Amino acid sequence: MYKLWACIIKDIKLITRDWVGLSLMFIMPILLVIVITALQVGTFELVNENKVPLLIQNNDNDLISLELENTLEKIGIFRIIELDKKTSKETIAEKMKETEALVAILIPENFSTQVQHKVADFTKNTLQEFGLELEKPNQNNDLLVNELTLYYHPVLQESYRKNLLNAIRSAVQVVESKQIISTIYSSINETAMPDSILNNFETQQVHINEIPVSRDGSEVIPNAAQHNVPAWTIFAMFFIITSLGSSVVKEKNSGSSLRLKTLPTNFLITIFSKQITYLLVAMSQVFVIFSTGVFLFPFLGLPALNIPTDIVGLILVSLISGWCAVSYAIAVGVFSETQEQANGFGAISVVILAAFGGILVPKFAMPESFAFFLKISPMHWSLESYYGLFLEGGKFSDIINNVIPLLLIIILFQLIAYIGLKKNNLI
Amino acid sequence: MSEIAIHIENLSYSYKGQLGNTLSDINLKIEAGSTIGLFGPNGAGKTTLMHLMTGVLKNNNGTITLFGSKVGAKHKETKNLFGFVPQDFSFYQELSPVENLQFFGAFYGLSKQKIAQRTEELLTVFGLTEVSKKPVAKFSGGMKRKVNLAIGIIHQPKIIFLDEPTVGVDVQSRCAIIDYIKKLNKQGATLVYTSHQLNEAEEICEKIALINEGEIIAFEDISTLLAKHNEKNLENLFLKLSKETVSYV
Repeated sequence: MYKLWACIIKDIKLITRDWVGLSLMFIMPILLVIVITALQVGTFELVNENKVPLLIQNNDNDLISLELENTLEKIGIFRIIELDKKTSKETIAEKMKETEALVAILIPENFSTQVQHKVADFTKNTLQEFGLELEKPNQNNDLLVNELTLYYHPVLQESYRKNLLNAIRSAVQVVESKQIISTIYSSINETAMPDSILNNFETQQVHINEIPVSRDGSEVIPNAAQHNVPAWTIFAMFFIITSLGSSVVKEKNSGSSLRLKTLPTNFLITIFSKQITYLLVAMSQVFVIFSTGVFLFPFLGLPALNIPTDIVGLILVSLISGWCAVSYAIAVGVFSETQEQANGFGAISVVILAAFGGILVPKFAMPESFAFFLKISPMHWSLESYYGLFLEGGKFSDIINNVIPLLLIIILFQLIAYIGLKKNNLI
Repeated sequence: MSEIAIHIENLSYSYKGQLGNTLSDINLKIEAGSTIGLFGPNGAGKTTLMHLMTGVLKNNNGTITLFGSKVGAKHKETKNLFGFVPQDFSFYQELSPVENLQFFGAFYGLSKQKIAQRTEELLTVFGLTEVSKKPVAKFSGGMKRKVNLAIGIIHQPKIIFLDEPTVGVDVQSRCAIIDYIKKLNKQGATLVYTSHQLNEAEEICEKIALINEGEIIAFEDISTLLAKHNEKNLENLFLKLSKETVSYV
């Protein structure tokens, strides 16, 4: 025990004198968690609070196209910038290149007339089906409406572009539906539909109530901090490999290991010491990064991190995740020949495990073929465990199914490290 | 006859995948309190033999015993008998001499009080008291050699293996190290020493073992050996016996 304690003291001294390693283990993840959360909050605000500039060139300027413009504005996500009819395509492209707006719509000539004809034809056909229309319906099936054209800046991500496209489509549908209802009303009642009914159509839309499904029954909507802080804490813990992996290699290859082999002490003590010391580092990372989320985020205008109610569960998940990260780093260190190998392989493999594990790319966005890789990434099980506590309001007993695979992975890494030490004649 | 400190019988060793032996049929008896020099050209097998005697390498054939304890069997007991001063700096450069001595002292199983006492003694002997709390990385080569030696002898071992303990140091540091090594021997420690400095060997060692191509070609008192081969110094004797002129220059 005395030898282990002496070794832990030695390792703590070595870590605290390695400023580069310390900054990689603490400052980098704090910056990452702040930047990623700020970006997510920024994107959310861009969509929900800051309006997206939308260039509209209305070559029709009639009732329905003006109604469409009005509806697009009422959706609340666009800031309409009207363009003159004479504005050339080149000028529109130029404006978009200068990022004055990232999206533009061109409404063709006779758009309103064509929509009205289409609606009238549809209405006549429908009423005739009900035996209400006496006038013979228009048999001209060629009544097609000229297409709306959407220009978008290539920097727009596909998902974001599709969101905007869906918003525009729903605006077009609202306009068409209103037109159909109005035409049917006037066909039946032979008078124009009152504005009050038309207004009701817009205001009395079915409201969608958003409720997050939680284990504790709370209906608190998780914020970007609840998603990002646990995820990047796991990433930080696994990034310990850049310090611990090379420390194991250094211990193994330096002259000190030669002397250690001649001492009346098992080399395993140095490995246990590293595990305990770096587990302490991992717990410090958890404390520092979570504290950043709770205390610093509100000062930066970011949503504060809410700590789960099951504190014991949180500590256990953090300890097990940290131990898994440490075990992985030791296994890599034992099999690496040089510090460069440990650092290079370690850092790249952690990024790959993070990608598979749902840290960099959300799990739901992954193709089904990646399911296997997802399950072999320890970060996935850590993340699921944390999310069970942070997002679902669960207790440790609720997330045990995610903790067990994590423990099995730890046993595997420890076994690999042991085999490596035996192979290298270190124990 | 005095007690045998190191007894090597029929020792052979080859590295994994190597054709032929690095060491072949080595037999040595080293008496307690004696000073033995292992000499030979580069690649002769000196360091391999030292690593086998200290248990860094596991021997393929033959046995090595230190004061009757088999190397590789009763690890703790055997390992407490000797101190090893490797050729490379075998300590943590980021730590100070005191921190290194505290760590290695604990690994030798010494008590806190004993470590503190020995640390003070060794730092004084080697003139490192003033820099005792500074990281060793900032030290000169000579100071590092002294730290390397101090760690190897902190537990006052009965046998000390010294692998080129004065390589790359200035005259003053070399003298300080040699004087202390002699003092340890006078206090009863058995010394096994390798070096390329043959004049240094003449100064320290009573007996020398000349190794060439993995075999011991001579093991006798220096004076007897020189007289037997009618040579005036070890360098000429060594060249004559090993017939390796180029690699030793």
